[in-house]
Amino acid sequence: MPIPDHATLATYATYAFTGVGLFFFIAGTVGILRFPDVFSRLHALTKADNLGLGFITLGVAFQADTWRDIAVLALIWALALVAAGTVSQLIARDALAERDGR
Amino acid sequence: MTLLLDVTLCAFVLGIALAAVAGHGVFRAVVFFIVYGLLLSVAWVRLDAVNVALAEAAIGGGLTGVLLLTTYGKLARDGAEAGAMGGGFNLPVGLICAGLSGALVWAWFALPLPDAPGPQTAEALPRAGAGNPVTAVLLNFRAWDTLLESVVLLTALIGVWILGRDEDWHARLGLPQHSRPGGVMAGFGRVLPPVGFLVGVYLVYVGADHPGGAFQGGTVLAAVGLVAALAGQIRPPRISDWQWRAALVVGPLVFITSGLAGAMFFGGFLTLPADIAAGAIFAIEAALAVSIAVTLALLVIGPPQAGHRA
Repeated sequence: MPIPDHATLATYATYAFTGVGLFFFIAGTVGILRFPDVFSRLHALTKADNLGLGFITLGVAFQADTWRDIAVLALIWALALVAAGTVSQLIARDALAERDGR
Repeated sequence: MTLLLDVTLCAFVLGIALAAVAGHGVFRAVVFFIVYGLLLSVAWVRLDAVNVALAEAAIGGGLTGVLLLTTYGKLARDGAEAGAMGGGFNLPVGLICAGLSGALVWAWFALPLPDAPGPQTAEALPRAGAGNPVTAVLLNFRAWDTLLESVVLLTALIGVWILGRDEDWHARLGLPQHSRPGGVMAGFGRVLPPVGFLVGVYLVYVGADHPGGAFQGGTVLAAVGLVAALAGQIRPPRISDWQWRAALVVGPLVFITSGLAGAMFFGGFLTLPADIAAGAIFAIEAALAVSIAVTLALLVIGPPQAGHRA
C-alpha cells in the first residue's frame, strides 16, 4: 500500500477533526434543546462553542497555506472562547439573580 | 457537494426569513433576524463577495441585531407589551407592505438591466487609487452614494437623540452601566478592546486592496467602544461634548471637502485624479471609519437618560 502524500493526509486530518467538531456542535444543540434549566443549557452551549469550534478550527488549519492563516484561525477561536466564557458567566449570574428573587 | 450546500443555505435563508416575519413574539423575531443576517453573510461568501459578507455580518446581523434587542429591552422596561404582535391580520399594514413589495417588483422589471462591469471599469481600475474593486467603486466611481450613506447615519443618530427628554438633554447618553470591579465583565472590557481595536483598524487599513473598509472596520471599532462602555471602562459622552461631535462629522466633512476640491481643481464634484487618488481614498476612509464607529456606537447607546432605572 503506497504511503499517502502530505496533501492527502491533510485532507484526512481535516475530515477527522471537523467531524469531531460537528459532533460537539450536534451534541451541544441537543443539549440546549433537551436540558432542563439555564445552567445546564449554558454548559451545552459552551461545549459547542469551545470544543466544537476548536476542532473545526483545527481541521480547517490543515488546509491553511501559511502560518499567518493558522495564527488568524487561532485568534478567532481564542476570541470566541473569551466571548463565550464571559457571556455564559453573565447569563448564569442573571439567571441566579432571577431564581433568588433578584 | 457544493450544490447541496448552496441549496441547503438558500432553504435556511428563506425558512429563517419566514420565521422572523411570521412567528409570534418580538424577541423571537429579533433572534431570527440576527440568524438571518449571519446566514446571509455566509451566502455572500459563497458568492465570493467577501466585502458584502463582512458588512452584512457586522452591520446587518450584529449591529442591527443589537439595536433591535436594545429597543426590545426598552419596550419591556417602559411596560409596553412587546410580546404581543398584532393578534390577527392588520389590514392597513398588510396593504402598505404589499404595495411596497409591488412597487419594488415593478421597479425591478421597469429598470434597465445594469451592464455587467465591462472593459471600461477594468480599464479605469488602475487609476482609481484602490486595488480592491469594491473600494474603487464605493469611494471613487460611485463616491456620491457612499457620501450620502455616511450622512444618513448621522441623521439617524440625530433622530434617536430627539427621542431624549428635555430635562435629560445635558445628561450622559444611555443608561448608566455598572460592572463589579474585578468581575467578569470588567475583565472582558479590558481584554477585548485592545484586540478588537487592532482588528478594526486593520480592516480599515486593508480596505483599499482587500476585503474590508470604513464600514466594516468602523463597526468593529463601535463594538469595541460598546464593550468598554458596558463594562464601565469608559463613560458615554454627553451630547454637548465637542470632541465627540467633531468625531461624528469628521468623515462626511473630509468627504465633502475632498469632493469640493475635486469640483474646484479637477473638473467635477468628487473627482479624484489618478496620482493622488490612493492617498485621498485612504484619508477619506480613515475619517469615515472614525465617524461611522462613533455614530454606530452612540446609536446603540441611545438618547440621554438621566435618572432612569438602570
